[in-house]
Amino acid sequence: MLPSRLLRQALPRPAPSFGYSTAGPAMEEKPVESSIRAKLLQALQPLHLEVHNESSMHAVPRGSETHFKVVIASQRFAGLPLLRRHRLVNEILQAELAGPVHALSIQAKTPQQWEENQSVSQSPGCLGGSKHDPHRATKLGGQGLG
Amino acid sequence: MGRRNGLEVDRRACVSRCKKLSLGKAAMSGSLCWLRAASLLRGAPLRWGARPLSQAAAGDGSSPGGGEGGRGSRESVEQLVRAHPVVVFMKGNPAQPLCGFSNAVVQILRLHGVQDFQAYDVLQDPDLRQGIKNYSNWPTIPQVYLNGEFVGGCDILLQMHQNGDLVEELKKLGIRSALLDAEKDQDKK
Repeated sequence: MLPSRLLRQALPRPAPSFGYSTAGPAMEEKPVESSIRAKLLQALQPLHLEVHNESSMHAVPRGSETHFKVVIASQRFAGLPLLRRHRLVNEILQAELAGPVHALSIQAKTPQQWEENQSVSQSPGCLGGSKHDPHRATKLGGQGLG
Repeated sequence: MGRRNGLEVDRRACVSRCKKLSLGKAAMSGSLCWLRAASLLRGAPLRWGARPLSQAAAGDGSSPGGGEGGRGSRESVEQLVRAHPVVVFMKGNPAQPLCGFSNAVVQILRLHGVQDFQAYDVLQDPDLRQGIKNYSNWPTIPQVYLNGEFVGGCDILLQMHQNGDLVEELKKLGIRSALLDAEKDQDKK
């Protein structure tokens, strides 16, 4: 491992940022997404993981972290019916769901199911329900995550 | 006649919303397509048990959610859950869902010819909104119950629709999915 000072010198510009966060500086910008990713990685050891912030599809300000979709392929789901798989994910992300996350769409597959079918269902569009929703203010209040 | 026209307009709106839904390629590549679903809907009577919850929630609206004896209490939620073989807790009502996920649930049920179900609009009742989440230990809306049993939300209902489980579950309730008849019609042609 190179010392970070050397690394900085070696890189003329900051590394390009990707669609969703991995680690490092992005942690500051997308704390909820990063937290979801880290918790799912740790708890489920997934073969495949996608975390999509779909907040921009909904009636929330730009840059919000309120609506997410996760696509997970993990051996931990083997032998579990769909409802149990979803409950497991909900449990892992309990703090996020109780805090800033308003909607979470889950696609939970075993590695084998993922190999057979890698299609990801699109999320339905917004119908404006959160515009007059008193809960929205709470969710957008930027509650910190533990 | 005016009412008839109203329903026709509503149906058209449903179909177009249904198309906009983009429930995913998997749904379209299955044994049905939205077009057939649309023709199905046209012939189906429009009837659902959506009771305006605003009536139920017409009180002062200040009773604490989930409290004992309140509208969000386990006992009163249980009564709502068991009020009908098919119960949906959603945002908005079946004629005008206010959330894409709630809309998807309604459209999936309609695809199977399930027009007669009990829907509760949680946006009308904060106590119920929290109460139903506590009841099922499930953090999001919509929530679908078959014969009083929690089935899941939009993702799970969609998957059950895609893998055929929904047809089987409806059969257990004595409801014959309209998709079976649609398939039969298709075979005859």
